Amino acid sequence: MLLSQSGYPFALVVAALLLIALFWLLRTQRLREKYSVLWFAVIVGVVLLTFIPSITGWLTALAGVTTPINLVFILAFLVLLVVCIQLSIEISSLEESARTVAEEVALLRLELERRTGRPDQPDPPEE
Amino acid sequence: MLVIVPAWNEETTLAAVVEETRRALLDAGVPADILVVDDGSDDATGAVAEASGAFVAHLAVNLGVGGAMRTGYRYARRQGYAATVQVDADGQHNPADIPALLSVLADGADIVIGARVAGDGAYLARGPRRWAMSMLSGTISRIAHTRLTDTTSGFKACGPRAIALFARSYPAEYLGDTVESLVVAARTHLVIREVGVVMRPRAGGQPSHGPARSAAFLGRAVLALGLALTRPRPELRGTFRQYEELDA
Repeated sequence: MLLSQSGYPFALVVAALLLIALFWLLRTQRLREKYSVLWFAVIVGVVLLTFIPSITGWLTALAGVTTPINLVFILAFLVLLVVCIQLSIEISSLEESARTVAEEVALLRLELERRTGRPDQPDPPEE
Repeated sequence: MLVIVPAWNEETTLAAVVEETRRALLDAGVPADILVVDDGSDDATGAVAEASGAFVAHLAVNLGVGGAMRTGYRYARRQGYAATVQVDADGQHNPADIPALLSVLADGADIVIGARVAGDGAYLARGPRRWAMSMLSGTISRIAHTRLTDTTSGFKACGPRAIALFARSYPAEYLGDTVESLVVAARTHLVIREVGVVMRPRAGGQPSHGPARSAAFLGRAVLALGLALTRPRPELRGTFRQYEELDA
């Protein structure tokens, strides 16, 4: 397989850029480690497919798909789907936490007002 | 007894509701506190509530009725109230009916629903909304082993066991404050009863009707009910152990 005559160098460059971006996000603490695992797995997958393209052919035969590229597309689609679902789950759990915190804060404020005997000045309506 | 009034942008009606509730309970000789849960309102609801003299819990963000009600139940549990009544801030619920709800509660029920019946200002639902409501009532009646006609009413009284349950898990989903909370309660073997009450037209605000909305309501009701029925059973033991500790 001649690399220069294929799209593989392109895939490698993309994978390398993604890897750098992920490391940078992790280093600057903008991305929690638990969310990076899946992306690292994707990068490893891309690199593997680039160096050992025969994997695709082998997987294609295994899955009963005729055209190897279709299998790659399906896998990519599934990965994105899983990521979306994972993010939805995380958002739901964040909403539940925010809800609980908001309820507790409201009750603490009420408790404080009752003990000090003076209600806070209510917030002016936002513009 | 604690009256919980969840209020979201109800500045026009809230003061009258609090005042009327206070007077109705005073007339009936029921000692009660009123807690307004200001659900992150954009208008002056919070200030109106403070001025009304009720206890006010200010939610910093809008959580929906489910969040507002769980705040109320948590407060009731921590302060040791033996009963709560949920009254809407739009003036639909007549506080004169509260003693009727409480008397059924005293007869051994854990939850008493103020069910909308025919009468002055009768609640009329048609089309998909009506089908949805009867489907919900039929299903919940079956699992609660009692006949319920109106399971989407927000007018509800709760005893100590229901307060303990709802302080822990009060659903925040769509219809969670009515349908799903009843499903949770029924599956936890709480005793649910209903009392017929006459609903008044809203003193302010617009009811959310219309064919498209009704159809959407039907779809979401089916989804909410299906989800509620298939969810893992709420933990019985933990809830009641906490409740017994509260008693001790």
